[in-house]
Amino acid sequence: MQLLIQRIFDGVSDGAVYASIAVALVLIFKATTLINFAQGEMAMFGAFFAYIFAVQSGILDFLGNAYLIIWVGALIAMILSAVLGVSIERVLTRPFDPEDHLPVVLITLGLFLGINAVAGIIWNYQARIMPSMFPNSFDDKIEIFGARLFYDTIGTVITLGIVLYVLFLILNKTKMGLAFRAVSANVESARLVGVPTGKVLSFGWALASAFGALGAVIVAPRITLQPSMMAAIVIYAFASAALGGLDSVGGAAFGGLIVGLTKSLGNGYLGSWHFGFEHPPLEFLPATPLLIPVLILLAVLWYKPSGLFGTKRIERV
Amino acid sequence: MSNQVLSCQNVTASYGAIQALHGINLEVNEGEIVVVLGANGAGKTTTLRAICNMVAGEGTVMFNGQDISKTDTATIVNAGIAHVPQGRGTFAALTVRENLEVGAYTRNDNEVESDIQMWLEKYPVLGERQKQAAGSLSGGEQQMLAVARAAMSRPKMMLLDEPSLGLAPLIIEDLFQVFAQINKEQGTAMLLVEQNANLALEIAHRGYLLETGEITGSGSAEELRNDPAVQAAYLGA
Repeated sequence: MQLLIQRIFDGVSDGAVYASIAVALVLIFKATTLINFAQGEMAMFGAFFAYIFAVQSGILDFLGNAYLIIWVGALIAMILSAVLGVSIERVLTRPFDPEDHLPVVLITLGLFLGINAVAGIIWNYQARIMPSMFPNSFDDKIEIFGARLFYDTIGTVITLGIVLYVLFLILNKTKMGLAFRAVSANVESARLVGVPTGKVLSFGWALASAFGALGAVIVAPRITLQPSMMAAIVIYAFASAALGGLDSVGGAAFGGLIVGLTKSLGNGYLGSWHFGFEHPPLEFLPATPLLIPVLILLAVLWYKPSGLFGTKRIERV
Repeated sequence: MSNQVLSCQNVTASYGAIQALHGINLEVNEGEIVVVLGANGAGKTTTLRAICNMVAGEGTVMFNGQDISKTDTATIVNAGIAHVPQGRGTFAALTVRENLEVGAYTRNDNEVESDIQMWLEKYPVLGERQKQAAGSLSGGEQQMLAVARAAMSRPKMMLLDEPSLGLAPLIIEDLFQVFAQINKEQGTAMLLVEQNANLALEIAHRGYLLETGEITGSGSAEELRNDPAVQAAYLGA
């Protein structure tokens, strides 16, 4: 029982982070019908912005371990990432025909490698300790039936919940949000009612990049900050977005939680699976958790390609 | 000609190497409904797309005395042209009401809400379903919504791209009455491209014939209706 609750807590904690990257993926998909393979790397860059502001600048040492500094750092990371996202869209993807997916997909794949390499050149691949936005020492927890619920988990879920709600308000209650959804539903019609589609694209990339950066700032303290930190997370995020439906923001968040839980429970209960060996080769063990998103992706593509909450695309010929 | 709303002079358009319009000339005057008749592939849709600068081409498009041939689409809509595309182009994932709200995207006055109410009351089908996704409406209702959405921008002129396509005859008749009504009540000029010559000529004041990218004839609705060539090609006489 204790173990089960513990695994659920862990799953929610990871799931919240997958949700943040998945939501970023969905926002860009909605704006451009494009999967941005570089989403995780862009988020990683954002986490470095926060690190530079809070840690490298010496502010944190100077003021002591003040959480406010990390929060300001996260805010700066979100703003700078938004600027970076808008620039990438404007310079690297907009010149290409949006109907022709292949070139743009290749560009985001290139960006995935490029951003990773640039980060490696600037900051090298050494892991850094990233301070958390929330109290996260071993004692910062409450115990429920003996399972440890860390403040870090509670803070992550609440923060992402609030940001998700703000995102919901932006998309559903503002004129720009309405324009964004209109472009997402039908680009040409949006243009024909006078929506400046270029501005809407920038808006979508800015939102997505900021959201992704926040996810990276939150997860960095758990897995240490380094250029390849998002590689595994992005795979879970892809599975989350596909599960929820690539064009559903709420679906992506929900998908993130499900994937997080599945991973935590699956890993917990199947992690000791020995693949028929008495002593399984070591390299098999870390593969078990990564198998789960792949299986989820496969199941979604097989049984429900539009995802749980996605809209089916019906096109008249 | 001070009351000319739209004029196209030598407008060409091409998709890659294929030229779809070979220099067409047409005018629409204030408060007028003008129909462009043509068969499939004659270039009807392309004509409307060329006016909104959505296809590469040459020539001059004047709207309200201003050259808009190099202006981007959003600005053209802002200037007062509303384009109802072929296949309706409703935002299926948005609600009926949101469709109307987006239609008023270019407006900043405080009468948007009362305009939405006006359209929802005018077409009770839309009113009853204002919170439903537009994609759940029938073809005719969606076309109605597309027209109301276009009217939400309070345009000086509407471009209507084969609104009758795929609709039942009775619904088409209703729809054309709506066009005539909007034209009369709001003084909106309309450029209507159609294959359904019968009904189109009933509400139109003037018309043009378009064949393989060239204007091959024009006249008042009355003249066109009595033209033997038009009768043979479009009226099934």
